Amino acid sequence: MPKRTDIRKILLIGSGPIIIGQACEFDYSGTQACKALKEEGFTVVLVNSNPATIMTDTEFADRTYIEPITPEMVAKIIDRERPDALLPTIGGQTGLNIAVSLHEMGVLRKYGVELIGASFEAIQKAEDRDLFRKAMEKLGLVVPLSGYVRSLDEAFGVIQAIGYPAIIRPSFTLGGTGAGIAYNREEYEDAVRWALDASPKRTVLIEQSVIGWKEFELEVMRDLKDNVVIVCSIENLDPMGIHTGDSITVAPAQTLTDKEYQLMRNAAIRIIREIGVDTGGSNIQFAVHPDTGEMVVIEMNPRVSRSSALASKATGFPIAKIAAKLAVGYTLDEIPNDITRETPASFEPTIDYVVSKIPRFTFEKFPQTEDLLGTQMKSVGEVMAIGRTFKESLQKALRSLEIGVYGFDPVLPPPESGAPETRRKAIAEKLRRPNSQRLLYIGEAIREGFRIEEINRMTGIDIWFLENVRQIIEEEAALRDRRERFRGLGNDAKVPGDEEEALRRAKSMGFSDRRLASLFGMSEDSVRALRLRAGIRPGFRRVDTCGAEFEAYTPYFYSSYDEENEAAPSSRKKVVILGGGPNRIGQGIEFDYCCVHGVFALREEGYEAIMVNCNPETVSTDYDTSDRLYFEPLTKEDVLAIIAQEKPIGVIVQFGGQTPLKLSVPLEKEGVPIIGTSPDSIDRAEDRERFKELLDLLGLKQPPNGIARSADEAVTIAGRIGYPVLLRPSYVLGGRAMEIVHDEEGMRQYLHRAVQASEEKPVLIDKFLEDAIEIDVDAISDGETVVIGGVMEHIEEAGVHSGDSACSLPPHSISREITQEIMRQTKALAKELGVVGLMNVQFAVKKGEIFILEVNPRASRTIPFVSKAIGIPLAKLAAKVMVGKKLPDLGFTEDIIPGHISVKEAVFPFIKFPHVDTILGPEMKSTGEVMGIDSKFGRAFAKAQIAAGMMLPKGGKVFVSIRDADKEGMLAPVRMLHELGFRITATGGTADFLNRHDIPAEPVLKITEGRPHVADLIKNGEIALVINTPLGAQSKADSYYIRRTALVYNIPYVTTLAAAKAVAHAIFHLMEEDLTVRSLQEYHGAGVRQARDGVQGGGTGR
Amino acid sequence: MPERKAILALADGTLYRGTAFGHIGESGGEVVFNTGMTGYQEVITDPSYKGQMVTMTSPEIGNTGINPDDGESSRPWVEGFIVREVWRLPSSWRHVESLDGYLRRYHVCGISGVDTRALTRRLRDGGSQMGIISSVDLDEKRLVRKAKDLPPIVGRDLVREVTSARETRWETGDWDLGKGYLPASEYRIRFGRIPKVVAIDYGIKQNILRMLVSRGMEVTLVPSETTASAILSKRPDGILLSNGPGDPEGVPYAIHTVRELLGKVPMFGICLGHQIMGLALGGRTFKMKFGHHGCNQPVMDLATGKVEITSQNHNFSVDGSSLGDRARITHVNLNDKTVEGLCVPSLRCFSVQYHPEASPGPHDSRYLFTRFHRYLTGEEDL
Repeated sequence: MPKRTDIRKILLIGSGPIIIGQACEFDYSGTQACKALKEEGFTVVLVNSNPATIMTDTEFADRTYIEPITPEMVAKIIDRERPDALLPTIGGQTGLNIAVSLHEMGVLRKYGVELIGASFEAIQKAEDRDLFRKAMEKLGLVVPLSGYVRSLDEAFGVIQAIGYPAIIRPSFTLGGTGAGIAYNREEYEDAVRWALDASPKRTVLIEQSVIGWKEFELEVMRDLKDNVVIVCSIENLDPMGIHTGDSITVAPAQTLTDKEYQLMRNAAIRIIREIGVDTGGSNIQFAVHPDTGEMVVIEMNPRVSRSSALASKATGFPIAKIAAKLAVGYTLDEIPNDITRETPASFEPTIDYVVSKIPRFTFEKFPQTEDLLGTQMKSVGEVMAIGRTFKESLQKALRSLEIGVYGFDPVLPPPESGAPETRRKAIAEKLRRPNSQRLLYIGEAIREGFRIEEINRMTGIDIWFLENVRQIIEEEAALRDRRERFRGLGNDAKVPGDEEEALRRAKSMGFSDRRLASLFGMSEDSVRALRLRAGIRPGFRRVDTCGAEFEAYTPYFYSSYDEENEAAPSSRKKVVILGGGPNRIGQGIEFDYCCVHGVFALREEGYEAIMVNCNPETVSTDYDTSDRLYFEPLTKEDVLAIIAQEKPIGVIVQFGGQTPLKLSVPLEKEGVPIIGTSPDSIDRAEDRERFKELLDLLGLKQPPNGIARSADEAVTIAGRIGYPVLLRPSYVLGGRAMEIVHDEEGMRQYLHRAVQASEEKPVLIDKFLEDAIEIDVDAISDGETVVIGGVMEHIEEAGVHSGDSACSLPPHSISREITQEIMRQTKALAKELGVVGLMNVQFAVKKGEIFILEVNPRASRTIPFVSKAIGIPLAKLAAKVMVGKKLPDLGFTEDIIPGHISVKEAVFPFIKFPHVDTILGPEMKSTGEVMGIDSKFGRAFAKAQIAAGMMLPKGGKVFVSIRDADKEGMLAPVRMLHELGFRITATGGTADFLNRHDIPAEPVLKITEGRPHVADLIKNGEIALVINTPLGAQSKADSYYIRRTALVYNIPYVTTLAAAKAVAHAIFHLMEEDLTVRSLQEYHGAGVRQARDGVQGGGTGR
Repeated sequence: MPERKAILALADGTLYRGTAFGHIGESGGEVVFNTGMTGYQEVITDPSYKGQMVTMTSPEIGNTGINPDDGESSRPWVEGFIVREVWRLPSSWRHVESLDGYLRRYHVCGISGVDTRALTRRLRDGGSQMGIISSVDLDEKRLVRKAKDLPPIVGRDLVREVTSARETRWETGDWDLGKGYLPASEYRIRFGRIPKVVAIDYGIKQNILRMLVSRGMEVTLVPSETTASAILSKRPDGILLSNGPGDPEGVPYAIHTVRELLGKVPMFGICLGHQIMGLALGGRTFKMKFGHHGCNQPVMDLATGKVEITSQNHNFSVDGSSLGDRARITHVNLNDKTVEGLCVPSLRCFSVQYHPEASPGPHDSRYLFTRFHRYLTGEEDL
């Protein structure tokens, strides 16, 4: 069926900020969809509030709206753009939900917008539990029994049909509170009571438990002619009970016979037909009883999902791109398979390798919450690795994680240090209760002599996977037994046949040099040298969708130690860009954005751009992005192997965040040409002593500071510079373990609890500048010319991590003179450091005085935001500068101060982590960001808040509870709210204070003062906005409970004085005039044209 | 168990070193690759692989062991089995023994630890060729010579070695989870008319028989050399020409028999049966470079334009142009445009090159058995 000609303009909805459960995979799929539709000549209108996405670059859509993704705002875009169709299936759950709302509001009917890909009815049938169950029953398929209850009585009725064990899940909680499991009546009653209380609508879902069953997923595609193919099967190593996003998963499925697999395949095909997803991809999850093979259907996502991104990367079949083409009328047989060129997309990929995905967690950021996995997703990122066998891919995935392990490293102290029984108990505990380290504990269990049947009983993990781990551990033991032999091989001795064979075998099982080094008691470099002497090097294989049946043209590679090498490097001038690895808090999509721009720029300049990364969610790992893609771990060993193969003229490390930056010195030592700012300059900015000299040289100031190598020294330094002080361990990113202390007692506590200062690991102490304004500056330099990309003023005061603070570009409160001076200082720093590429400087301004907090000569987290705000692709220009272009050649010599205001706001994962407080501090906690653009600060800020999910109220009751220090400052915003017609309610002290200042405030009881207290009001929906700044330690628990309740009940809340001011301001503007929408293309005109010309110049737009 | 070395030597001199599993010994055959990710038990028990050694492109093999239900015949037929990694400890609630043990029991040589992707690329670029697996003779030169000396597949009658010795009635239908194979009686009550079908066994996969039974047909299986008159004397309503190993031109007697039967009784040919029908209709067949062996081959039904994902296993193909207007081409392979289906309404016969019985592979094409039934009962025309 040919392309539809009755539609011309298509609206795409992105997924918004990166949150747990919705990460950059939707930028990958959205970007693919945009490209595919533009390629077909459609006019593409895109809305996404996330500026750090490639899809929101102005060349990917004809009209790009960085606006809040709410039904109201999207309706305004529809009104303005009048699209013919809306493709709701590429923007994750957000895109789907908005499409449903627009349908229900009648917007789609009013403007004649057709839902393509999936109809409203199909979405409803897949998403509504009852409709889905009925549909499955019609097909004769089984779903776990379930029912909603609104009271304990109803709960006892429902359980009779469902039986124990049952899962009890509070509804409408934004997935925040997790679920309970009950094995008997008593537990059930407790769990239901708890869940009813936890649910804002007092509704609880009771489900039959299939915990411990094997979990599978199929990625299904269907076209308008009703052709259906299965793109990929995925098996979860972790059984049912752990969210798929938090499970280790493997493709293809490994423990199904053909007969069992075909039953699942048949079910999937019937499901996609019955649900009525017309075109595109769906993800269907199944659970299989390990002892009987009984199969139940868990759920279906009628859209592109996290798993489909993984399936695309795992097979080479670009699901989102093909889904977009199917949505506009093509059929699978009409679309060629890019990889083989000769064969059509109407086939099922077969793969001749094993893919493992391991999630990446950041429990260390949330110490109040237990490292425990369940049905609520908690991971913030993931890695994927490809190997010829499961063992190889699993070990590659482990070292890709960047959690300090390079294989099955021990996680317990050595056996000598504890009684065997305690050890076994500790291990058993970790096996029984799923946690982020469980795989490593399985390794420990096997070392400790647990039988795999025992481990299977404790974990529910299939014997096949466990046997693989056992073989790895067994091999480790055999290697360790030979350690003396390996160590005895001098520096240039020939490697004897036995050792060579053992090494080769180990490498083909996926052992890293680093892991071998610890097994042998040697250095990584010596193992590497030994291995190279033995002639053992990895070869590269192509991901080809067809198991080598046809020749592959797409250069998408992974390494293995099998015999052949298919890399066939070209003789072109080439540059390698090292990616950022797994998403984590502090290092996310922003860095992938920069890498992708680096690739685009290099291709434009005629270089072959080679990408290395291991994060399957990203645009950078789309084989369509770079000239060559290596899907490999970002470790020294793996990167050096690629460099040896490709021999690039340069390697770029400054785009991917800390991951590649850490590699710059080790790589340089091996003679790898690092291009851009020199590692020495990076060191000058990072080394405290050298940095001080640099500032002295330039006559710039930094807050008084010192380095402590012991607790006493720390106390002395703090005494000298004066409290409060900011403490942090040296060399950290994302503000890990960073804290502000106000007195010696706090200092001693920190040193006892968080970080022990020592000679090797000193603690950095800075004077904390109270009430200072923080400023972030991004600049670009070619070594001669420095241009300021943007000056951003933080909304939250100093002390809140820059990644967590909202900010405004241009600054909204500091004077023009100060801005100018900050720009001058930035340029001086860039010139003195000889920066070639990007640089970020953080300043603090206190009483007109400017202090430099830190200088990072690399791409920062704010680069995409700044690029979107000013309409100039900074990262792209930076890559061009790194290969020798000068800024004047690129036409970028003037600092740009845009006429509109852009506000960035951070988005937090607190809801997913029980018991975590929502207050902000020097340790970064946000997972993503949104952007609001408008002509006035208040409106831009309001848009950013709405985009971040904070539904700013236009009336109602504001609850105010503030610490003494903030009281004076809080008067203005509270008065403003009062004058806007809000009623104010406050706890005793605050109410008195407000009343004394002529702001009428009703008192309300604190939680400790009896009932009804403030949390009751929040739960009853009587509070529209919570303003609560952290109080003294004595009532911390009280104020914590208020914040947490507001969070769970989705009530807007602010926890800082600065944010309260901005929110009051935003509400004022919201009430004054309705928000309007405007596309980036309209905001920028000339700047966009420039950027676009850059792209067309090199012809990247494949 | 200590590891024992094994070598796979190809006639072109390429050598692959690995570890022996299954039978310790030596065997030879044409080496072909199969791209299916599931169904190794079905593959090794498929009589069509007689004379061939199979390498699976999927690297992890043996994961689910061997179970009593998933065989396509009563024993393995591959001459050798070549894998990247073999699993001696199976994990499946249905397994009764390991792949290793099973192959040992039937004296089939296996070799693991082979870079099967390199081997596949070799076969893809150079075409299928003869090879030897040995774990008893590790003299590389001698093995290559032995591989070169193996008789080629072209023109050989391999059907004789796999066909059943005598006529049998087939009494089981389709498999279901938890129920296993249902008896024919289960199906008879569901269908009004039960046509009598004679299936000619050129090396039939049992799932073809199960499909026929479960679509309401009464099935008698006869040896490949059964004459046309002997078949006609059974007064069948339809005849099924089964799959089987090797070159269709190696079985002239079968072509002769089918030619005699054409037009007299409705016929449905599968795989080798399809090729034999093509030859009986006066067409030609040719040997493909490396054939189709896998579960993901896209085939278009030209009547509807719909695509089926099919299970395939063949090295020979009917040359579409050789048939002229003697047959209508009904199905085409979308990868290489080879003929996948034929139909001659005037002679009441149709055939497909692929395996509608799947096993292993997708069930997309099972409708053909229903079509056969409906044709035999007069409910549908060709």
